[in-house]
Amino acid sequence: MFKKGLAVTAGILLLCSTVVSQAASGRDYIAVVGSSTVYPFATTVAEHFGKGGMFKTPKIESTGSGGGMKLFCAGTTIETPDITNASRRIKMSEYEKCLKNGVDEIVEVKIGYDGIVLANSNKAERMKLSKKDIFLALAKEVPSPDGSRKLVANPYTTWQDVNPALPAKKIEVLGPPPTSGTRDAFVELAMEGGCKKIDWIKALKKTDKKYFKSVCHTVREDGAYIEAGENDNLIVQKLIANSRSIGIFGFSFLDQNGDRIQGSLVDGEEPTFENIAAGKYPVSRPLYFYVKKAHVGVVPGMENYLAEFSSDKAWGEEGYLSDKGLIPMPEKERKAFAADIRSLKTLVLK
Amino acid sequence: MDTITESSMDLINRNISKRYRRERWFRRCGLGAVLLSIGFLGLLFAAIISNGWSAFWQTEVLLDVHFDQELFAVDSLAAVNYGALVKKAMRSRFPEVKGRSDKRNLYKLISTGAAFTLQEMVRKDSSLIGTSQSIWLPADDEVDMFMKGNVNRDLPENERRLNDKQIGWIDSLIAEKQLEKKFNVTFFTAGDSREPELAGIRGALVGSFFTLAVTLLLSFPVGVATAVYLEEFAPKNRWTDLVEVNINNLAAVPSIVFGLLGLAVFLNVFGMPRSAPLVGGLVLTLMTLPTIIIASRASLKSVPPSIREAALGVGASKMQAITHHVLPLAMPGMMTGTIIGMAQALGETAPLLMIGMVAFIVDVPGAVTDPSTVLPVQIYLWADSPERAFVERTSAAIMVLLAFLISMNAVAVFLRKRFERRW
Repeated sequence: MFKKGLAVTAGILLLCSTVVSQAASGRDYIAVVGSSTVYPFATTVAEHFGKGGMFKTPKIESTGSGGGMKLFCAGTTIETPDITNASRRIKMSEYEKCLKNGVDEIVEVKIGYDGIVLANSNKAERMKLSKKDIFLALAKEVPSPDGSRKLVANPYTTWQDVNPALPAKKIEVLGPPPTSGTRDAFVELAMEGGCKKIDWIKALKKTDKKYFKSVCHTVREDGAYIEAGENDNLIVQKLIANSRSIGIFGFSFLDQNGDRIQGSLVDGEEPTFENIAAGKYPVSRPLYFYVKKAHVGVVPGMENYLAEFSSDKAWGEEGYLSDKGLIPMPEKERKAFAADIRSLKTLVLK
Repeated sequence: MDTITESSMDLINRNISKRYRRERWFRRCGLGAVLLSIGFLGLLFAAIISNGWSAFWQTEVLLDVHFDQELFAVDSLAAVNYGALVKKAMRSRFPEVKGRSDKRNLYKLISTGAAFTLQEMVRKDSSLIGTSQSIWLPADDEVDMFMKGNVNRDLPENERRLNDKQIGWIDSLIAEKQLEKKFNVTFFTAGDSREPELAGIRGALVGSFFTLAVTLLLSFPVGVATAVYLEEFAPKNRWTDLVEVNINNLAAVPSIVFGLLGLAVFLNVFGMPRSAPLVGGLVLTLMTLPTIIIASRASLKSVPPSIREAALGVGASKMQAITHHVLPLAMPGMMTGTIIGMAQALGETAPLLMIGMVAFIVDVPGAVTDPSTVLPVQIYLWADSPERAFVERTSAAIMVLLAFLISMNAVAVFLRKRFERRW
């Protein structure tokens, strides 16, 4: 028994020493954290990169944009991640935190766009919405219809109530739950965008930002907006079965089911590949990743991973990322970011 | 007296059939409960196996690939465009296909992994360059789903994922015996992948093995030593009472709390690597320790005091009495408790979330400090993927996890039967 105990102790000591030596000699794979929206694209690139056979496949954690930034900005030691993915731009507060922890050289890379569409079955009439219509139809509280400056619980039941130009159909929207990044972006781009069209609410943003946000970002809970879970495939199936409903999801699902559903026009723009890529379609957001320059050259393969991501066979118009649903940037923008990557241009936020 | 006896006999006789009836109902209720749980279990197994069984087969395409010398006229073997080789082989199989979109549809029938298969072949044997070979290459997951009957070809063209032309090509391949379902070796030899046809369970399986090895190595000796001390040496006072209460409480703490502890202590204070089975094992050790201590103490308690006393009586020291007599007798119970604790640890995902083991990891880990996932995490990640083919792979992964669990429990039962002593 005593001998066994000795052996076990020795084993534990050995384990600990390997950890220490491992930590000292650094990491031989790239560590990526961040947004779950970028996760499918980053993992695809990582897999192609790893199969190239020269380096280990990067490790990619899906922590959400905010969680990723927190880990990324924690410092420049080898335990911190090399790259963080984000479905929005880095915030000033996050940038400052990065600077404070010594992460002062960050390279920003935009990888492409993601459009959020409102679609219905192509057996029904195509909807022509404005952002204001979207806000009025889906917010929990809206300005009183009599024109006075007060908020009432959303009284609208049909699209025609919201805007006489719209069909007299019941408002029935299937969308993602609050845990989803798509929901965040939808609320920020479409609802807040529509909210700002109402002057006195817009003025609130300067005086009472918190209240402004709670007005613009709160989705109604009386059954007109149905939380359909994270599974966008399911929403598409429900739309086909029920031509009255409108669904909210990422552009790639419209792209794959274009023969069965149609995207609603928002502010007169149709959600097409070209319109989103050209930045005309209003409910679209750029996707990013951020690179810690201090780790380039320390972690093997960093330059090559960046080169793989920024190659046309990945993020180009016919690249494998567009097969996974990413909307590529225009060629000029791609070239500009590819040049930034090659020169490792440091991001300066002011 | 007589009258009283008679009346109580009457009472018994009157109620006897009622009592029998109640007894029968009581038994039936118990039997019903057992049958109900067996039914649910059967339903679960039936659902998982019927969903996941087909994942053990994968559709492959037989293609004549010409390893064109010209394509290999580049600096390194890694820079060769293997995708072009596959595309060329597909074009020469279907020379009638013209037009850009038709060609794109044609290329979609074969997995992007086919190029990597060729790359691997050339890397192993560079004499292939310049020759032509007939090779079985993995088909795309859409084709695989079609072959497994998950695509209804009677639907109108715009309602299915493969168009009429693609189905025509598939039919022609089937007719020539160039498209067949084969045993899915990839599933057992590969790590994770974004393409269902290339995704495998091996990475998660090895990750689970490393994690459990660390857990066992740490929690068993520590747990047994704690139990022995508390049971055989510790004085009975307020301090040991406090320790005992705390151990019992720890057994009931939700596992996510141990994950947070692991994040704070092992990662942030000790600076251990994220996503490593070593840290996972440490966290799970904390989680399984109470289970092992409680089981070990119970089995120490069940060793009759006469054995200790006899050993002490013939002049053994306390340590000799414990290591020579008490521990060997208590060991089967201790091992059973340990294995049940391990089985619990095997199914855990929540604490691993906090220490970064919920991640996309392609390479199969080779050491306890390599990044890896574990089986339940892999199941969770696949269940979340949009591709249809991941549905069956999720079920298949559950089958692997269950097989692992059942064999662990079988070992526990075997140990108990083999070594258990009764007094």
